[in-house]
Amino acid sequence: MAKNSLGREIPETFNGKSYIPYRDPHSIKPETFHFQRASRVLKRNYSGASKVAGGLREAIIASGLKNGMTISTHHHLRNGDRLLNDVVREIDALGLRDIRIASSSVHIVHAELIPYIRKGVITALECGVNGPIGEQISRGELECPIVVRSHGGRARSVISGEVPIDVAFLAAPYCDEYGNFNGFYGPSACGSLGYALVDAQYARKVVAVTDNLVPYPALPISVAQNIVDIVATVGSLGDPKKIVSSTTQLTKDPMGLLIAKYAAAVIDASGYLKNGFSFQTGTGGISLAVAGHVRDMMRDRKIKGSFGCGGITGFFVDMLDEGLFEGLFDVQCFDLKAVESIGRNRKHQEMSAGLYANPFNMGAVVNRLDCAILSATEIDVNFNVNVNTESSGLLLHNTGGHCDVAKGAKVSIIVCPSIRGRLPMVRDEVTTITTPGETVGVVVTERGIAVNDHLPELKAELIRRRAPVKDIRQLRDEIYAVTGAPRPVEFTDKVVGLIEYLDGTIIDTVRTVRA
Amino acid sequence: MKDSQPRRTMLYVPGNMPSMLQNVPLFKCDSVILDLEDAVNHAEKDAARNLVRRFLQSWKERDKEVLVRINPLNTKWGHDDLRAILPEMPDAIRFPMCETAEMALELDAELARYEAANGLEIGHFGILPSIETVKSVLNAYAIATSTKRIFGLAFGAEDYTASMGVARTNSGEDLMHPRMMIVMAARAAGIQAIDTVFSDVSDMEALRRETELVKRLGYTGKCLVNPRQIDVIHEAFAPRREEIDHAQEVVEAIRQAHAAGTGVVSLRGKMVDAPIVKRAINTLRIAYAQGLVDTPVDEEILNG
Repeated sequence: MAKNSLGREIPETFNGKSYIPYRDPHSIKPETFHFQRASRVLKRNYSGASKVAGGLREAIIASGLKNGMTISTHHHLRNGDRLLNDVVREIDALGLRDIRIASSSVHIVHAELIPYIRKGVITALECGVNGPIGEQISRGELECPIVVRSHGGRARSVISGEVPIDVAFLAAPYCDEYGNFNGFYGPSACGSLGYALVDAQYARKVVAVTDNLVPYPALPISVAQNIVDIVATVGSLGDPKKIVSSTTQLTKDPMGLLIAKYAAAVIDASGYLKNGFSFQTGTGGISLAVAGHVRDMMRDRKIKGSFGCGGITGFFVDMLDEGLFEGLFDVQCFDLKAVESIGRNRKHQEMSAGLYANPFNMGAVVNRLDCAILSATEIDVNFNVNVNTESSGLLLHNTGGHCDVAKGAKVSIIVCPSIRGRLPMVRDEVTTITTPGETVGVVVTERGIAVNDHLPELKAELIRRRAPVKDIRQLRDEIYAVTGAPRPVEFTDKVVGLIEYLDGTIIDTVRTVRA
Repeated sequence: MKDSQPRRTMLYVPGNMPSMLQNVPLFKCDSVILDLEDAVNHAEKDAARNLVRRFLQSWKERDKEVLVRINPLNTKWGHDDLRAILPEMPDAIRFPMCETAEMALELDAELARYEAANGLEIGHFGILPSIETVKSVLNAYAIATSTKRIFGLAFGAEDYTASMGVARTNSGEDLMHPRMMIVMAARAAGIQAIDTVFSDVSDMEALRRETELVKRLGYTGKCLVNPRQIDVIHEAFAPRREEIDHAQEVVEAIRQAHAAGTGVVSLRGKMVDAPIVKRAINTLRIAYAQGLVDTPVDEEILNG
């Protein structure tokens, strides 16, 4: 065990691989690692013949997948995805074992994988998870080493070859027989294929899986024929209605609205809200309410923004259509309105996860962000943020772009209610560090606004505007006065997961909770 | 200064809901009314009373005016409410179903007894009577002038329309007459007039229109049940730029007159008397609360 710079104990090796403890957000360079770039063998295909191999089983066989290999899928169909479940079922039926999953994310719907993990079909997760799999792993009820990565970090790990993907099974909602595809149209349209674009380029074998084979050529092209090995057809990729997480509506909760109002005040005071403004929010009622305020301020002041970014909702689409932004960078569509928009509007730009947030390239889009709204499950007095575990200690959420965006944006704003279920959300220590405090600008709760020391001018301006600025320790004290200080969750020494920072170092671990 | 402090927004919070009480310190309303009456069903009266009492004990740094709406004194809860609540020092009692001056005087006497017994200044607790029946509308002026504790009259439309035997409409004709009567009685008595709640939380534009209307009639504030309405009401009550400019000129004229040692103040050839100064200070106070001016008004200016 070694301690990283945030004081977290990190094992030297995990699941047979060695890792570097987290140091700081800036200093790690690509040269630190021995892998520099995933390379695919050069291939030559003389034939113009169809690449349709048949169904999933035939495609798996054709891909040459063997025991011990790594597969991936993308999560653009979010909780409506059925491809990953179907692929694993077929893998099992073919008798393959010891497969690693390096999908861009795993959702609640993929709880169906649990029996295959128990059976040894799946033996490692090279990606974060949402829901029951993580919960069971952190309870010690399920054995499956897990490495949680951010969107940018995942792109980095795939591109650099740290996580070599042997076969990528990419859901292709609009696809031709020679392998060109996009996500814009068809019964399973999911819009942007931002996460899949990385796998399509760097996986050793690429299988386009479609429920909507269209005549050649499937235009416009997101993933092109020259990098697709096999096409498979299935009855259905999933249910695109479930792309929408439940949280793409503005909050009506008075406390949430108060948080949103304060966060909007922070953006207003930041000085960036002028022509050329760039902005990201996630889903979540509070984030969208902030976006509502931002939209109103841009309208009133006739501000033309530069771009909106991230997972895109219909709310951002409306802002684009209204002319409030020059364009949108879309790594994933959060609702069907965004899906519809990306298929018709060239200013609604599909963006790969590498372009979005990979730290090891000549500049990701997050670097150009002015203000970003991010969420938290917990925040500590050093501004460290947890989004992976809850105060119960259970690993329930994937990182998303959290640490990528916090690092990239000039002002990253964490919005979080001060109390959830009688527990304080601003605390002495977070259960798990996802995002280091030095990359976090501002914490906004309904009880006040805490500004990190690296933004003294913003703090002074907020005070001048009589916003409720508080020292983060004062904020914690006020919350503890209501809730009391929380008793720490008890963990065993058994490390079952790593939380990787975007640069590939390990910022924290997940241990099993003591029953 | 009890009579003139801003009461643009008087937010009702049900006394039996801990989750909402806990957030009372966070709402940016001018006053909060902790409700033991209509929001609380009969079975929960005792629990709500205890909860409100304990909440007030725990709320150390009060940053807004606190009223408690007790049950009417002719119910079996009214006196118990007072006994439980007064030790926690609310600023005032919201007094429901106050139909006559005598009823106001009954509460006045009860408050005076408590104040005398506990060494408090007589008149420490204020009263905000609810004018919410036809009879109370007709008695509004007598109620307004019955005791100095009364700093405003608050219109309650729901009970009023019931007592009038009419349905409440969105267009508001049904409320026109009582609204006029109440604001006239309040202003004649030199106190504030507080308008009734606007219950459609989803329609912010209608809320804005109604608030602007009652402001034009002379109302100084509005009750509300949902914190989401606070901002809209504050915006509607915000003074216009020219009102703020004028108020600042008045205050500046007074300051110069004080500096010059003269008691007679004039602005552009017109004499500035006490009511004008008072109004100017009120305007600046609300402008400050609304963030429209950067510095709070120096209230000592009135005393020279």
